[in-house]
Formats: sequence, C-alpha cells, structure tokens
Amino acid sequence: MLAFIIKRTINAVFVMLSVTFLAFMIFQFVGDPVRQMLNEQATQAQRDALRDKLGLNDPFLVQFGKFVGNAVQGDFGVSFRNQQDVMTMIADRFPATFELVLVATFISIVVGMPLGVLTAIRRRSWYAESLQFVSIIGISLPSFVVGIGLILVFSVWLGWFPAFGRGDTVDIGWWSTGLLTSSGRMALFLPALSLSLFQITLVMRLVRAEMLEVLRADFIKFARARGIPARVVHFRHALRNTLMPVVTMTAMQFGGLIAFALVTETVFQWPGMGLLFIQAVTFVDVPIMAAYLCVVAFIFVFLNAVVDMTYAIIDPRLRGSEQ
Amino acid sequence: MANLEHRKPAAQPTRLQRFFDGDLWWSFKSHKAAVGAAIVLLVLIVTAFLAPVLSPQNPYDLSSLELWNAELPPVWIEGGRMPFLLGTDVQGRDIVSGILYGTRISIIIGIASVAVSLVVGILFGLIAGYFGGWVDNLLMRIGDVLLSIPIILVAILVSSIAQAFLPPHLREAGVAAVLVLSIAMYSWVQYARVVRAQTMVERRKEYVMASKLVGTPARRLMLKHILPNTMTPIFVTATLNFGLAILIEATLSFLGVGMPPNQPSLGTLIRIGNQYLFSGSWWIVLFPSLQLCLLVVAVNMLGDWLRDALNPKLR
Repeated sequence: MLAFIIKRTINAVFVMLSVTFLAFMIFQFVGDPVRQMLNEQATQAQRDALRDKLGLNDPFLVQFGKFVGNAVQGDFGVSFRNQQDVMTMIADRFPATFELVLVATFISIVVGMPLGVLTAIRRRSWYAESLQFVSIIGISLPSFVVGIGLILVFSVWLGWFPAFGRGDTVDIGWWSTGLLTSSGRMALFLPALSLSLFQITLVMRLVRAEMLEVLRADFIKFARARGIPARVVHFRHALRNTLMPVVTMTAMQFGGLIAFALVTETVFQWPGMGLLFIQAVTFVDVPIMAAYLCVVAFIFVFLNAVVDMTYAIIDPRLRGSEQ
Repeated sequence: MANLEHRKPAAQPTRLQRFFDGDLWWSFKSHKAAVGAAIVLLVLIVTAFLAPVLSPQNPYDLSSLELWNAELPPVWIEGGRMPFLLGTDVQGRDIVSGILYGTRISIIIGIASVAVSLVVGILFGLIAGYFGGWVDNLLMRIGDVLLSIPIILVAILVSSIAQAFLPPHLREAGVAAVLVLSIAMYSWVQYARVVRAQTMVERRKEYVMASKLVGTPARRLMLKHILPNTMTPIFVTATLNFGLAILIEATLSFLGVGMPPNQPSLGTLIRIGNQYLFSGSWWIVLFPSLQLCLLVVAVNMLGDWLRDALNPKLR
C-alpha cells in the first residue's frame, strides 16, 4: 500500500518536473530578458553585470534548478506587459474559473445521472434510443459553437441572460464570489451550461453503461425474484453501484475542465485564469503563460494522483496489478 | 474430336467484391446513422474540394470583393440577393464561398495531422514494443507526460510559440504546418500505445521467431509481419482522431492562434463572425458554425459505428 502511494507520488512529481521543464523552455525560446530590461544605451559591461546578477551565465541545470525552486514557492516573476506579480494575477482570477467549473460539474451530475438511469432502464424505448443518438451529437459539438449558440438565442434574441462578464461579485477574504448576487448567478448560467454540455453527455453515457452492467448481475436478479419493487431495485441497489465510477470520472475531469474553461471564458469574456492566459498568448507574455501552464497542470496531476490513491485504498485489486 | 474447349476456372472474387460481400459492408448497410453520416461526409468533402469551381466568388481575391455587397443577409430575408445565397460578411465576402474554402482547409489540416501522428505513432510504437528496454521506457514516458497535460494547452502553447518564431516570409505557408504539428504532437501517443502493446504480444509468437531464424531484418519484420496485425484498432482510433483534429484546429483558430483571417478555416470564420454577433448580422457566425458541427458530427458517427462494427466482442 505504502509502496504504491510512494510510487504514484514519484510519478506525479516526475510529470510536474517535466511540465516545469516545458515552461522553462518557453523562457529559453522567447529571447533575452536582458535586452528587455535595459535600454538601448546600456554598455556591454552593464549587460554582462546584469546577466551575472540574473544568473544567466550559470550552467543550464543550475538555471533550471533555480526556476523549479522559485516555481515551487509560486514565484514566476512579473508580467512583461504590466510588471505585476504573475502569481497574484492568477490568484485574483482563480475564483472566477473555479466557480464556473464547479457549477458546470454540478449541472452535469444533476442532469446527466437521471438521463443515464433513464436510458438504461428503458433501453428499448424511443426516447432512450434518441437520447443515446443525441449524446453522440453532444460529444461532437465544439464547445465554443455551443457557447455562441447560447448567446445568440438567450442573449441576443431572447435577452434573458447577459452574454459576457461576471455580474456583481462579493469579496469573502481574498475570494471573490459571484454566487451570492442575483446578477452574478444570471451571468454564470450560460457559461456554466455551455461548459457542462460535453460533461452531461459523458456522465449520461457512463451511468448508462454501468447501469446496464450492474442490472445483469446476480444480486439484482435475486432482488427482483424476492419481489422488491423495480423502483427500489433500480435506485437503491443498481444506481448505488454506479456512483463510484461517476465520482472518479468527475474528479478526474475536473482538472481537464479547468483547462478547457479557457475556451468558454473566451466566448463569454469571463474574467477567469483562462482569459488571462489567452490574452497573454496574444502578447507573448511568457511569465503568465508559464505560470498558467504550471498551475493548471498541477491541479490536473494532483487530482489524478489523489483519485488513483483513493482507488487503491478502496479497491485492493488495483494494488496487485500495479506491482 | 470432342470439343475440348478450355473452361475458364470460376472467377476469383476481386478485392472489391470481397469487401461488398463482407461483414463490414453488411453492418454498414444496416446502420442507418452510419449511412447518413457517410453520405453527409462525402458531400462535404466533395463540395469542399470543388470549392474553386462551385463557389461564386474567390474569397482570397480581395479585388473581387465589393463593399456595397457588405453585410447582405441570406436571400430568403428582405435585402438579400443572389448570388449571395447565405449572405455576405462585413467585407462583402460571400458566406457560401468562405465556408467551402474554409471546410477545405479544415479537412486538409485534419487529414494531415492524422497522417503525421499515425506515421510517428506507428514508428515509435513498433520501436518501443520490438526493442523494449530503455528506448521503450523513454518513448512511453514522454507519451505519459504529454497525456498528463490537458490537450488544448499543449496545442495552444506549441502553436503560439512556433508561430511567433516563424520567419516573416514563411509565416503564410508555415501556419498550417505548425497547426498540423501541434495537433499531431499530442495524438501520436495513442497510436504508439496501441501498436506497442500489440507488438509486444506478436513478437513472442512463433511466426516472428521463425522469420527471425531465417534472418529477416528487424525493419522488414516490424513493417511486413507485425504491423498488419495492429491495423484494426489503429483504423478506429484514426477515424475518431480525425474528428478530434478538426475540432482542435477549429478551437485554436477560434482562439486566434490558428489559421489567420487571410486563409480562414471554419474556426477563423466563426471567430470573425463572433465579433458581429451583437450587430444583428447573425448569419456571418451561424452558417460556418453549422457547417463545422455537421462535419464533426458526421465523422464521429462514422467512427462510433466503426468502433462497434470492428469490435469482436460485440459481434
């Protein structure tokens, strides 16, 4: 058990080191910081002094080591564009992205699970088959097209929801939330719906597949034979057994959604980390790009590692296969 | 003398006939969604590649654009007129022509990135599976790291940084190549994993041992003997990845790190149209979006059917 946790942790650390290396390489690619920091009249001696001070004459590995050391402490330097501390900028934008992803995940579970159960227990009915068909379309639709469609219908034509921004926010400590004001909730609705659509179809297909599997099991047949009502069999016995995979997938997808939210944030001009990143990409603002890459990859890798470890604790069969 | 006319032997079925008699064709014919998707896809591909013949206007030729044709609505709405069937954008560019040319770019980039990732993935998979050891370890760890970063991030970073460093005279031609590489960089891992797993199984089998004994070189053994046995899963993955590649390209272009406005793909057209969403000119964004959805849905439906049809467990 302990061996597995250690192994999995080393694996995660290795992946994070590789990602940090990628971020470090972006800096190496994108030119000489000395030229950006000194003006035209600087002498060669001044340049050399600054190069020395910044540690740019150190061996490659030493520079990378310093970069990792700073990154671990959350120090990615200052933005090329407005000289602000990059980590503070990202931390300011984090609540917006987090709330968006959280609500999208919530919607996908609340809508996706009942649909999955329905398509599983009424498998042969016309509505279950058409839902299954629609779900392929749902998986194929590009998320930004869904967003534009929602804006076109609900903001431009019907005028029910705002099309951009976050509405009014309330600060709780350093966390700014839009969930407590009505304009914040209205503004959140369309982006969250558009981000969750793909997730809804994923949850629905997963619950359906798992339900079909469980419904074939002996203990379900036995429960039916004992005359337990179908509703109880389906929801108390069958559905409970599908929860574990759903929770796992949701947790694993959460990190992916945080990254993918950047598309939704661009469509809805949602002031989250993703929008910050896309704007940084336009201006080749390398410190922000590198920091965003590391932060998102960290969330992604961390969640995956935690899920794997939780699984190993709950399900001993997995431990055996890893050794 | 008896007529000893030489009787022809019964005709061997040709490869094509065998295909039409086979399980796969039968499964295809009986699957309505697959047939529909195939027809839609065929129409989209043919019209896209006939774009120079079919479209009323060359959208790249700025001299053919007239500003008094700008922002015309589709013909069935008051103010619209032929030949601008679906209207025009703010520069007076015909929407139909833009869509046809844009679809062609999207399809070409999709095919190219699948092709590149197939070649790289198969090569790396064969090498890793056949030789094992540190080569295997190195290639597969690189793959693991790539798969543990969200795909969209990898593509955006590679594409934006590579574009920033293209020399100006190569920028026009190089953007498409950069996009292909940034998509392929991620998806080769899937092929490599499939091929590697299959290779590790195959290389222990007797026929491989036997041909090793007669001195077949490793390269020939991998390509002629092992590779054909890995093709079925590869084929399914490639179809589904084609849809994914079109989606990623469209997303990158929409975010502004893909195709530039003077060589618009469907994603670029949607990005441009999105700016006029609130000015009432909804047709500029709507029709390219519908075309993109149609394209990706058709590809994915075919892929979905193919996966089931080639899955021996579901037969």
